Amino acid sequence: MMKQLMNLLKKQSDLTTILMFAAGVLTMPIWLDPIGANYPDLLQKFVIFGIFAVGYNILFGLTGYLSFGHAVFLGVGSYAAVWSFKLLTMNVLPAILFATLISGLIAAAIGFVSMRRSGIYFSILTLAFAQMFYNLAYSVLIPITNGETGLQLRMHDPRIIDNYFSDPLPGLPSTDFFGMSMNGYSGFYFCAVVLILAFYIAMKIFRSPFGMKLKAIKSNQHRMRYTGSDTRPYLITAFIISGMFAGLAGALLAVTDPLAGAERMQWTASGEVILMTILGGVGTLYGPLLGVGIIKYLENIFSTINESVLQQFFSFLPQWGENIMVSVVSPFVGEGWHLTLGVLFMIIIIFLPGGLMEGFSRIQKRYRKAKIKDNQSDSTKE
Amino acid sequence: MSEKHEITRRQFTKAGLAVAAMPMFYTKGAWAAKDFANNPGNSSKITLGFNVPQTGAYADEGADELRAFKLAVKHLNGEGDGGLMNTMKPMNLKGNGVLGKKVTYVTGDTQTKSDAARASAKRMIEKDGVIMFSGGSSSGVAIAVQGLAQELGVLFMAGLTHSNDTTGKDKRRYGFRHFFNAKMSGSALGPVLKEEMGTNRKAYHLTADYTWGWTQEQSIQETTEGLGWSTTAKVRTPVGAGDFSQFITPILNSGADTLILNHYGKDMINSLTQAVQFGLRDKQVNGKNFEIIVPLYSRLMAQGAGKNLEGILGTANWDWQLQDEGSKAFVKSFGTEYGFPPSMAAQTCYVQTLLYANACENAGTFYPPEVIRELEGFKFDGMGNGATEYRAEDHQCFKDVLVVRGKSNPSSQYDLLDIVKEVPRADVEYDASIFGGELGPYEV
Repeated sequence: MMKQLMNLLKKQSDLTTILMFAAGVLTMPIWLDPIGANYPDLLQKFVIFGIFAVGYNILFGLTGYLSFGHAVFLGVGSYAAVWSFKLLTMNVLPAILFATLISGLIAAAIGFVSMRRSGIYFSILTLAFAQMFYNLAYSVLIPITNGETGLQLRMHDPRIIDNYFSDPLPGLPSTDFFGMSMNGYSGFYFCAVVLILAFYIAMKIFRSPFGMKLKAIKSNQHRMRYTGSDTRPYLITAFIISGMFAGLAGALLAVTDPLAGAERMQWTASGEVILMTILGGVGTLYGPLLGVGIIKYLENIFSTINESVLQQFFSFLPQWGENIMVSVVSPFVGEGWHLTLGVLFMIIIIFLPGGLMEGFSRIQKRYRKAKIKDNQSDSTKE
Repeated sequence: MSEKHEITRRQFTKAGLAVAAMPMFYTKGAWAAKDFANNPGNSSKITLGFNVPQTGAYADEGADELRAFKLAVKHLNGEGDGGLMNTMKPMNLKGNGVLGKKVTYVTGDTQTKSDAARASAKRMIEKDGVIMFSGGSSSGVAIAVQGLAQELGVLFMAGLTHSNDTTGKDKRRYGFRHFFNAKMSGSALGPVLKEEMGTNRKAYHLTADYTWGWTQEQSIQETTEGLGWSTTAKVRTPVGAGDFSQFITPILNSGADTLILNHYGKDMINSLTQAVQFGLRDKQVNGKNFEIIVPLYSRLMAQGAGKNLEGILGTANWDWQLQDEGSKAFVKSFGTEYGFPPSMAAQTCYVQTLLYANACENAGTFYPPEVIRELEGFKFDGMGNGATEYRAEDHQCFKDVLVVRGKSNPSSQYDLLDIVKEVPRADVEYDASIFGGELGPYEV
């Protein structure tokens, strides 16, 4: 029985992978509790940015096209979702569909133009588009985006569908999924289910002929062309899919917190998802999710560690030792969390160019080798 | 530490139930038996959250706000010299924390971004269990987190936020503002402008492009046009732009004779410095000296702008040179602690913290609807601005407003502003209904 189970796991059929993944995601509140990361807002961020990174990886990981403007779709998704809350209903389903659709359309437009070039020129084109959208949001599009203040719900929004069925309650309405509130833990579980679905789709793409085509484009696009297959439609499709994933993530950001601001589209946000993907491992299924976990954890937990926390932490040392440790460590925590991230990023790029996933596979290989050696020595003894 | 874990585990089991049945945590109608978000219950301490910009264009103000918050916590716990607790009246605070519970605090960085501010506030509420949070320096942020306060049922005592919207069209039952607003700045500034610059001028606005800039531009325009001035142009500039030269060059040939800078923090320092460098103040237009007005002024900005601020008019919520008992007590207390006088941002944050604590003492509970009812319409004195009232209709404090001018011969690096006029409260009052908006329900 045990053996059968092991075999099943080794085979890594789609079903087992997704079941293990689902178990891992849904139990996050338990295993993240010891490191202080178990509170709804951060859990929601983990899974939402997980979707963003998984989608980004479909483009960057499979085709090798480094888009530097992916945050645009995150922002567009958020705006579209909030508008759906304002105009139609507080139910999240239309908002999510609407947001994914709109970001897909915008991805098609940007992809159509940007995909004429590859390499650094493609990156620059996407960056230019992102910057353009960011500036538009702060200037001519202010009627849609509400500029720096951010797009928010108002008491007297039309909300056509909701108001058709019932009179508005006093106060601002909150988002719901057929009665299930999107605040707190229920919001997290909703996003987690969406992440599991998104992950399943991404996995299917990775293991499909379409995914194979994309990988072929990454390894040698010229050869692909010489063999007579047109790569452009595949590239644009990959770009649109990853744009829709980002739009979905943006919609979920608005679902858990109905507010959209243009800072979500800033180039730093685009850079963040690249960092996440590279940190975890480009082109691997789990890598980007690992990257998301590390970066969001540093951003939310590490950044709140201040000197008094450090003093408590090092209080077992003598006074002088405590002071030295606090002054050595404090530049790396609190406001300095970016420094920690930078150092970590450098170490990983230098020693593990394939990201954390490469580290794991190296450990695994070494372990296997040791095992084979053991077996050999066992057999010689006999 | 262990206490924190207990809370999270309890939250987790609750969430487990929430998935099965209807959610009951952080949702409407969750106050069964007067339970409420982050109820301290039998705990011996309460936690307050201080959410200020520690990076970005308003970081200086944020740093000073944080100093004031820490000082307020000290005084509430009975440490230090007590500060305004010696002068505030009426007052119920006893110097043993709030309702006998010791006050602790957590801090966060808003980065002057709505998104980051809300994430930080959510962390405070969901993880650290704060019962009230405060902070500010950007009205965009204040309005964003005020909405969150209403959703989650945790009080927000706004720090520095000057937009009319905060207590106007975006007012919330769970948000309170002690600071004055753009409308009041306009009313206070009007008569002084008329006296000094006459009734026939052409104004050119440079405006920070978000809720605060918009409402200040509108309020100042209403005031100046009421005096008979005309408005040549209103140009919106991005927040944190750094370089304003592209916006300043067109002013030279616009025919305007007055520049109104609706900027704040480092933005205002940069735009004013560049305006002076471009020679605007030495110009003569329409036979008049070119003038610059900075409607919202703070000493921190004056420190940054240096000599460029000489003679420039503006308004302030409070200044450390005021000579009433409350102001003197606060300046002394703050100065002893940090070695320099407090800014107006620091004063408003300190006062807000004390007002919240006092309202809890008056209500005898931390239950937010009761605390809100205590604050609404609360009249007090001895906090530095004379007799003050929290208007119940819009949660805006009404008090005297200062018209100030950049000093020409400062005696020290902090003595930078002359108080031109203390405009009495009656002159800056307005009808609460003019901005629209609704406070929303007491119980969420």
